[in-house]
Amino acid sequence: MPLSSRHLLGLQNVPKEDIQLILETANTFREVLERPIKKVPTLQGKTIVNLFYENSTRTRISFELAEKRLSSDTINFSLSTSSVKKGESLKDTIKNIEAMKIDMIIIRHAAAGTPLYLTKICNANIINAGDGIHEHPTQALLDMYSLRERFGKLDGLKVCIVGDISHSRVALSNIFGLKTMGAKVSVCGPSTMIPRFIEKLGIDVIYDIDKAIKENDVLNVLRIQLERNAGGLFPSLREYAKYFGITRERLDKHNKDITILHPGPINRGVEISSEVADGGNQIILHQVTNGVAVRMAVLYLLGTLN
Amino acid sequence: MPDQTKVVDKQGLERILTRISHEILEKNKGSENLVLMGMRTRGEFLAVRISKIIKQIDKAELPLGILDVTLYRDDFRTSLKQPMVSVSNITFDINGKDVILIDDVLYTGRTVRSALNALMDFGRPSSIQLSILVDRGHRELPIRADYVGKNIPTSTNQEVKVKMEEIDGEDGIYLIDLNKK
Amino acid sequence: MNIILKDINLFNPVNNIDMKNTSVLLKDGVIAKIGNIEKKEFEEAEVYELNGKYVLPGFVDMHVHLREPGREDEETIVTGCNAAANGGFTEIACMPNTTPAIDSAEIINFIKKNSANHLVNVYPIAAATLGRNGEVLSPMAELSEAGAVGFSDDGAAIKTASLLRKVLEYSKMYDLPVIEHCEDESMADGAMNEGYNSTLLGLPGLPSVSEDLIVSRDILMAEYTGGKMHIAHISTKKSVELVREAKQKGIKVTAEVTPHHFALTDDALKTYDTNFKMNPPLRTAEDVNAMIEGLKDGTIDCIVTDHAPHSIEEKEEEFQYAPNGIIGLETAIGLTLSELFHKKILNLKEIVEKLAINPRKILNIPIPQFVIGETANFTILDPDAVWTVDISKFKSKSRNSPFDKKLLNGKSVGVINNKQMFFNDKFISI
Repeated sequence: MPLSSRHLLGLQNVPKEDIQLILETANTFREVLERPIKKVPTLQGKTIVNLFYENSTRTRISFELAEKRLSSDTINFSLSTSSVKKGESLKDTIKNIEAMKIDMIIIRHAAAGTPLYLTKICNANIINAGDGIHEHPTQALLDMYSLRERFGKLDGLKVCIVGDISHSRVALSNIFGLKTMGAKVSVCGPSTMIPRFIEKLGIDVIYDIDKAIKENDVLNVLRIQLERNAGGLFPSLREYAKYFGITRERLDKHNKDITILHPGPINRGVEISSEVADGGNQIILHQVTNGVAVRMAVLYLLGTLN
Repeated sequence: MPDQTKVVDKQGLERILTRISHEILEKNKGSENLVLMGMRTRGEFLAVRISKIIKQIDKAELPLGILDVTLYRDDFRTSLKQPMVSVSNITFDINGKDVILIDDVLYTGRTVRSALNALMDFGRPSSIQLSILVDRGHRELPIRADYVGKNIPTSTNQEVKVKMEEIDGEDGIYLIDLNKK
Repeated sequence: MNIILKDINLFNPVNNIDMKNTSVLLKDGVIAKIGNIEKKEFEEAEVYELNGKYVLPGFVDMHVHLREPGREDEETIVTGCNAAANGGFTEIACMPNTTPAIDSAEIINFIKKNSANHLVNVYPIAAATLGRNGEVLSPMAELSEAGAVGFSDDGAAIKTASLLRKVLEYSKMYDLPVIEHCEDESMADGAMNEGYNSTLLGLPGLPSVSEDLIVSRDILMAEYTGGKMHIAHISTKKSVELVREAKQKGIKVTAEVTPHHFALTDDALKTYDTNFKMNPPLRTAEDVNAMIEGLKDGTIDCIVTDHAPHSIEEKEEEFQYAPNGIIGLETAIGLTLSELFHKKILNLKEIVEKLAINPRKILNIPIPQFVIGETANFTILDPDAVWTVDISKFKSKSRNSPFDKKLLNGKSVGVINNKQMFFNDKFISI
């Protein structure tokens, strides 16, 4: 049973079967990453464009490796934010790229809804690598894969996402995906960073980080975007680190073997201390490795659809 | 309901595997440099059985790997269905080894071709030898088996099905006529 | 020439005119006879068989963006007037956010010159501050003398309370309304209503409290100064409550609402279609119900379109970057009748008040009385016509409407004004 859509735009409304298929398929590719020759010929002849309107080295590299390890041809477009006033319109850029006969587009863009728009103006498979503060489905999928690897299952797992929830596409995709897979999801952060009506999605809101640690099996710690401080959502990094930062002392206080995830890049000393970032509770580097496998799985499942 | 005839029974299957195991040891003058590689799905169980028999004969515990060749297939663009992938499991080094590739039925030879490509990505074996339970003819590629359990000539509207206790609940080789109602 | 509008229902709440199955004779565009038209007069006139349609005082849209001067690619004064006539309006008031802004008598004269020979009358609303930049007052006396019917910095609220006070005080001398786009500047960085949907869609939100704050400010200032405040495109439940209270206290405040704010909610944005992007944004069902209640109890005085033409390439941009606004002149009447008249929320008298009488009262422009000797200013309405919107046939130069292919119930079949008639898709002199 293949995936129900020929695109991956987000995890909202993606059926459980699809998520399961992606996670299962990622196992195959995780094994490929252990071989001496980390390459399979499966997507040979496919042309994949990485269209990154927003700066991102790690996600782009992860996708690029996934694409190359499937033997596809990859092209990278890095552009500054497009606007009719500044240059070529998005529609023209896409049409031009499509005219070069490409098969798939991996798009990262600052404006939410752009991947959906792409599905309307071109025929390639579209994968959302992050659209504004909307969704980042492959990140959530690799987070779920890593948790499944650690815990064996997602159903009933208590996961709390910590940080600037209102500006996080990682948070929203994780919320959608984890809820679909039966996990119990909560969010924690300063109230200025929690979007109104988020409880309507069926999750709990916690303002006390100690309570979050006590009540959950997993913390997914989001990067505090340093640029956002200028927006005045919290008084200072010092305050954030003090009241929401994950430190060794804080974890030890609860004497709990809690698992820590982080999408990266880490701000050491802000949302997570160096000790925790390098310590035994975190599976951050596993996330990175799994990220390539999960992306290979998504590319495989979409790229071999007839 | 297609018409099926049992051409080999449980005892017959056991004798075939015993013979093949002896042939492998004979041709390779012992088991020293051998590794066994079973191709998913039934090739895996055949490999396990052969490994047990070789252990009995030669007292040798051969390295056993499982190979999933889905990612190397040549029919992604033409097949209507998207194939389900599974996981390979090869935990040892195959460089310089004599790999005995084991599968149940040899037909067009395309699956074996995929397996050869897959194996090459794991290293450079000294040789790859193909051990097959049934050769049903109709090769489309220049592939041949080194060890054959049984030759069963077939027509294209027939199928050869190998059943194994481990997953089918019984042992046997069946010849099936597809068109009969 | 003589024309007769035959078999009509003549209706004008101003003089309690409610005549069924009558006919009207116009001589050179002037009302010559109402009813009792003789056979001979029929023979000497061009007769239009209207079969029970309504002849009402011409409708007025007091919130239209004509893009001339500056963006003639999107709309010109003439194409905007054509769209108005097609939509069933005989008069429009145009907003000053052109380039240059309507902040001098020269621009007002330019607009008047370009609309001089049209069936549709154009009343310019002048900028409240020079260049709409929120720093100094525009030359309000000169603008009023040249023919401005109100003052606004539409697109934004008047920048500071002290400026607002001066604008209201100054406008008192000319008895002109100040028309405010109520939005707090510091919370204006959003793409849709802030709420559950904006969270799901990952779009930055425009909180409803941003509008409420400025409505509150403007009402207090209207009370303090005694000036006339008109709330443009009202959209939140709280704003309507504030206006209701203010009216009860006798403060001179009026309000207008657009059809999209009583017909659509922010659920419409799930496809990220920029044809649903406007400011103020589409809000929640609760707000829409408040708009309808406000129309029913008179809190909201009139219905306007906030007709905002935009070029195709600008509306094809990413949702967050696309400009706000949709055209509305050619769908407003249909939406009003479908959503309010046929759903029995407003009766015909109330509809006419919202579309023809109250806007004129607010702008102090003459209200058609339907008396002999008066130049005819009519909207001919078929409230039961069922029609499908086809934006390719619009007279507007732009196409940014979310209502393409929508089935509507009720439409204007023609308008008469300035000795001209628009009927069957043609302008003719009468």
